[in-house]
Amino acid sequence: MRIVLTIAALTLREAARRRVLRSLAVLTVLLLGLSAWGFSRIDAEFGGLTSGESRLAAALVLNLVMFGLSLIAALGTAFLAGPTLSGETESGIALAVLARPVRRAAVLAGKWLGLVGFGAGFVAVAGSAQLVIVKVTTGYWPPDPVGGLALLAGQAVVLLTLGLLLSTVISPMASGIVAVGLFGATWIAGVVGGLGGALGNKSVERIGTVAQMLLPTDGLWRGAMRAFQDPSLISQFSEAFKGHPFLSSAPLTGTYLAWAVVWVALVLGLAAVSFQRRDL
Amino acid sequence: MTAVWASGLRKRYKRRQAVDGVSFTVGRGEVLGLLGPNGAGKTTVIKMLLGLVQPDAGEVLLLGRRGTQARERVGYLPELFRYQPWLTAAEVLRLHVRLAGAHIPDDEQRETLGLVGLADRAGDRVGGFSKGMQQRLGLAVALVARPELVVLDEPTSALDPIGRADVRDLLLALRDRQVAVLLNSHLIGEVERVCDRVVILDQGRIAAEGTLAELLGQRELRLRLDDVTAAAEDRLGGFTRDQDAYVVPIPDLDVVPELVADLVKLGVRVHAVEPGRITLEERLLEVIRGGEGR
Repeated sequence: MRIVLTIAALTLREAARRRVLRSLAVLTVLLLGLSAWGFSRIDAEFGGLTSGESRLAAALVLNLVMFGLSLIAALGTAFLAGPTLSGETESGIALAVLARPVRRAAVLAGKWLGLVGFGAGFVAVAGSAQLVIVKVTTGYWPPDPVGGLALLAGQAVVLLTLGLLLSTVISPMASGIVAVGLFGATWIAGVVGGLGGALGNKSVERIGTVAQMLLPTDGLWRGAMRAFQDPSLISQFSEAFKGHPFLSSAPLTGTYLAWAVVWVALVLGLAAVSFQRRDL
Repeated sequence: MTAVWASGLRKRYKRRQAVDGVSFTVGRGEVLGLLGPNGAGKTTVIKMLLGLVQPDAGEVLLLGRRGTQARERVGYLPELFRYQPWLTAAEVLRLHVRLAGAHIPDDEQRETLGLVGLADRAGDRVGGFSKGMQQRLGLAVALVARPELVVLDEPTSALDPIGRADVRDLLLALRDRQVAVLLNSHLIGEVERVCDRVVILDQGRIAAEGTLAELLGQRELRLRLDDVTAAAEDRLGGFTRDQDAYVVPIPDLDVVPELVADLVKLGVRVHAVEPGRITLEERLLEVIRGGEGR
């Protein structure tokens, strides 16, 4: 446990001292600033909307911006997870560390824990800032902000775990790119599946379901969207929700959440096995 | 109890047998030199000792123990030395002390940095260090947790002549403190000066091993002579010519006066007699070239 915590602290310090944090901060501030301006315009420009319509618009744009945030979190953690493991084995930093009386699984768990802390911390800070911006500009407050942010953090955890697994097998840059690519592909598959659902086409709908099982990022993201929407909107605008990429009509099931946890544990275990066998 | 006990180590990388049945020991307080040409398997052997590479076969005991915990009192400087560039030199040492599970006071950690000549760079980020300074830091990392065995893979590859002399002094100080050292180095002079014993690897196998006296036991005599008759050549025995000198292998120096007296009796004019010893470099080349002919 001492090793896990030492490595976790080291990973957090790495994240804090590397340029990735600064780029992340700049991107986030940019996004938050743009969204603040956008939300203030919604109120100013669409004064003629009914209260329901303006709430729908706020929820939709909120989800859109949160998607942006989740994208930044995903990119940031995936590009941290890659270099931190395979980059260190490639450069030789890992040699001196792993020649100490430490188990590789403990080092991997420490890296994972540090990255989870970083990703969750980012989502908590940036996400809360976003919610406050929406509250101040439009007066809208989502029904379940904590649950939504937790699911967004969960999405980042899923992606960084995948990034760690990939980085035990392929080069640092490639693992980041593949992780983000899969993240994007699952999202698109989710949108396609949603459209299939809206059109009543079962086989197209299945694409989304299968993708959400293989990589739970999109499923968790849809759960997070649901938590940020006003529940009364669904009954009011049920047509708008059908197949919409930034609105979610169905809540997350407990089974799916459990699957996401099992998925993370499985992939992390696989990463540990793969890392254990690797010759340095 | 030995510091290193390795038996029957084997490792295959795809088609190439990198290490093929290597067994050796390093005693407590002994400095063992690992020599051999590029690709002989020296670094792979070292990595197998430290659990960084999984051997296909063979067993390793470090300080009498097996597995992860055996590395508690082992210091290691890799051939490819890199340390977290976002940490300072002092932070790197603190990290390694924690990973080793040791309790080393800050003063002692600073002393270790001083020992390798980095006392005034303790607070600087490693990212700004030159290669030589990173290698010095690597030495400090290997030494910081009070090791009983130190494994150094090419410890002077990035150092200037002064740095090399510093490392030599460090090695001798370690031996005085009964710390065992496994040294892999291309610099034969370095090995010859500090090592008690040498293992020569070639193509993944041990080609020769022994103490320096055993390996270099053979002495030679260089003679500059004139008027050498056939009878005198017979008296010289199995000599070789090196430019204008006759080189004669001899068992020890006691035979020299008699040989010179005999040569003079045979009418030879003796200009110079120089006893010499074959160098480790010559012995190494002999072993490796002999191996190529096998």
